[in-house]
Amino acid sequence: MADSSYIVEMHGIHKIFPGVQALSGVDLFIAPGEIHALVGENGAGKSTLIKVLTGVEKPDAGKILLDGAEIAVKSPLHAQELGISTVYQEINLCPNLTVAENILIGHEPRNRWGSIQWKAMNAHAQQALQRLDIAIDVAQPLGTYSVAIQQMVAIARALEISSARVLILDEPTSSLDAHETAQLFQVMRKLKDAGVAIIFITHFLDQVYAVTDRITVLRNGTLVGTYETATLTRLDLIAKMIGRSLTELDEMSKIKRESQKHIHGDVLLQAKGLGLTGAIAPFDLELHAGEVLGVAGLLGSGRTEITHLLFGVDRPDSGSLALAQKEVKRYSPLASIGRGVALCPEDRKAAGIVDDLTVRENIILALQASRGWFKYLGLPQQYEIADRYIALLNIATPSADQPVKNLSGGNQQKVILARWLATNPQVLILDEPTRGIDVGAKAEIQKLVLSLAEEGKACVFISSELEEVLRTSHRIVVLRDREKITEFSSDVGEHTIMQAIAGSEA
Amino acid sequence: MKPKIAFNWKKMIEHKLFFPFVALAIILLFDLIFIPGFFRLQTKEGHLYGNLVDILRNGSTVMLLALGMTLVIATGGVDLSVGAVMAIAASVAAILMNPVIIGMKLPPDLMKFINDPNFTYAPLWQVITVTLIVATFCGMWNGLLVAYVKIQPMVATLILMIAGRGIAQLITNGVRIQIFYEPYAFLGSGWLILPFSLYIVALVFLLASLLTRKTAIGLFIESVGVNARSSFFSGIDEKKIKLLAYTFCGFCAGVAGLVASSNIRTSDANNIGLNYELDAILAVVIGGTLMAGGRFSLLASLIGALVMQATTTSMYAFGVPANAVLAIKGVVVILVILLYSEQVRSFIRRFTAPKEARS
Repeated sequence: MADSSYIVEMHGIHKIFPGVQALSGVDLFIAPGEIHALVGENGAGKSTLIKVLTGVEKPDAGKILLDGAEIAVKSPLHAQELGISTVYQEINLCPNLTVAENILIGHEPRNRWGSIQWKAMNAHAQQALQRLDIAIDVAQPLGTYSVAIQQMVAIARALEISSARVLILDEPTSSLDAHETAQLFQVMRKLKDAGVAIIFITHFLDQVYAVTDRITVLRNGTLVGTYETATLTRLDLIAKMIGRSLTELDEMSKIKRESQKHIHGDVLLQAKGLGLTGAIAPFDLELHAGEVLGVAGLLGSGRTEITHLLFGVDRPDSGSLALAQKEVKRYSPLASIGRGVALCPEDRKAAGIVDDLTVRENIILALQASRGWFKYLGLPQQYEIADRYIALLNIATPSADQPVKNLSGGNQQKVILARWLATNPQVLILDEPTRGIDVGAKAEIQKLVLSLAEEGKACVFISSELEEVLRTSHRIVVLRDREKITEFSSDVGEHTIMQAIAGSEA
Repeated sequence: MKPKIAFNWKKMIEHKLFFPFVALAIILLFDLIFIPGFFRLQTKEGHLYGNLVDILRNGSTVMLLALGMTLVIATGGVDLSVGAVMAIAASVAAILMNPVIIGMKLPPDLMKFINDPNFTYAPLWQVITVTLIVATFCGMWNGLLVAYVKIQPMVATLILMIAGRGIAQLITNGVRIQIFYEPYAFLGSGWLILPFSLYIVALVFLLASLLTRKTAIGLFIESVGVNARSSFFSGIDEKKIKLLAYTFCGFCAGVAGLVASSNIRTSDANNIGLNYELDAILAVVIGGTLMAGGRFSLLASLIGALVMQATTTSMYAFGVPANAVLAIKGVVVILVILLYSEQVRSFIRRFTAPKEARS
């Protein structure tokens, strides 16, 4: 092990959560003085891997080496003592305290009687920031500075408190603008020159290519590989992140060709220049009866933002939306349900299931909401509806009275689907309906989408898995950087779409 | 036979009413053993009297508050102002019946009726209606602050908790108004075999049950309490639901204010309903509704209120000095909350499971 030129080595890390294999045999090698990107779609296992490294989670198998010696990280605090520090996406500093207090909290210089030496503290903090080439008044409250500066302060704290040699940046740029990002990159390069190893987690591929030396790609909890950034093309990287398999492809495309015949010209939904500043640039969109419209794009490309506009969660600040030729005036989920629009949201736990309620209550929730407070569905009717969809969607539950939190992820997803099917929607928007569910359930949901289209409904189908989008959709919209880039018919190859997703330098 | 019994056991333990009932039963068992004659009931002129009846009668104001508080807590909120709203209600009712402030200017021939048990300035139905409308508006104010202005419930209702008693004093111009009108006094201290206030509790309970279980409102309250965002995505108007819960809570506080003031026959803005908000919150918690919101049971909250009152009444009957009763109440609350903990539950499950296995 003496030959190890790596500062951190993670070998064969396994982690199992109840019902999910989060990581299976993942390796990660970090050299001193390198910026190492950790990429993968949601659920790929990036954050679990980081949690294992920082002691938040214990690995079920595998070992971690620091400077060639095996270590067992007991807690995040222990990780800091070992020189492994993390700066999280949401900054966990105190905006009401001064910059200096934030940097040195818990480590304040004290005099003989234990009171804090403010001058020494401020000088110390100033120095710490100087290392990052930042000159600000450290006696000001942190909250008076921009998010980028706050991020730097968080980094300064990480370096100062633990004299970190490994710095993990978990999506640090998601709330920064271009200028601030550039500022952050400068700091990162400076640290790199000082020999600090940086693990950089981001969804923005531009940034991966801007600062990193090597890239480790994860997919579905497994290691795809580690590559030199300079030699991996953007297209290859996306292919590796998204992955492809050829299962069931034939059957699906057969169903799709069948359903293609059913598309008639009626425009069910039409968006003209619809947009919301900061969320999605103005776009045009047409949705026909009997059609499945795929939306492809990486996470953060504006996929979810589009669904929120179409479903009325957010109110657009430009353009117009019409349903069945009728202009939309009221933007709210309730109004959308009334117009026959339904949305299975991306975040199943936070915006989908109501976990303490039963399967029956979850299924009738949207239907009841559209009926209002007083037209209450009687219990027999509720059971009738619930049992019908439990049978139709093959939901595995002991009974309709089971709290939905006791169901597996895939079955929870089906319950949400049932909730929307019960409202008999004309336009069904599915944002990542197959995330985190097993292959069998995935295929069932894809088939269901196609059969709904056959009945003359229109579907919007969003997924990070490109092959899935290709298989189920008749037409594909590509998003990049919160903008609609282009539209394809599904006959085009995966390659063309990936190029569109990747953008310029493909 | 045996497996069936074991199965029923399990069902019973999982039931929402099980633990509140157990807590109540333990207290009554204590009474049975240590306080001779605690359960003795007497009839006077066809009416029932005794410690058990006292528990019901003295607990009725907290029971009324607990009904409204249950809905508020189920949405994930809390209402600290119910005690103050009781005081406002009492002041409004008192000034309508006995407008001493205006009475100063009344001609002497009306003044002499002021102490007459049959005199009221406004008729009883007006007194009750106006008082309840005022209290309902107080609740609505809380609801607006919480749902639409989006102030945290504890802070939003703290405003009226503090201001409420001042408002109550302003209404009566700082005077404690005596209530002489007998029909009004009947609300809180009259008897129809059982204390009349119990019929009021039953009526409000019925109203709340119909409101929440015969409409979709109960489901929506629980849904909002469990996951407000999911509920919003499902088309539930979370704000309206919260507004309704706080408004109803204000209404219940108004009824409680009527009962309390008619019982002590005065509008004492400083003392009516003092600290009752905490008793009501505890009653709901003992009833098994989580402070985080979600599933609720109105009946369980009523039993929770009775647990609180039974403790107090038992302590008095046992001869515990009045100032020590609060401390003992605290101990009882701790014990009840411990009883609810997952550890105790799993212990009881383990206790019942072998039975199943054996049979």
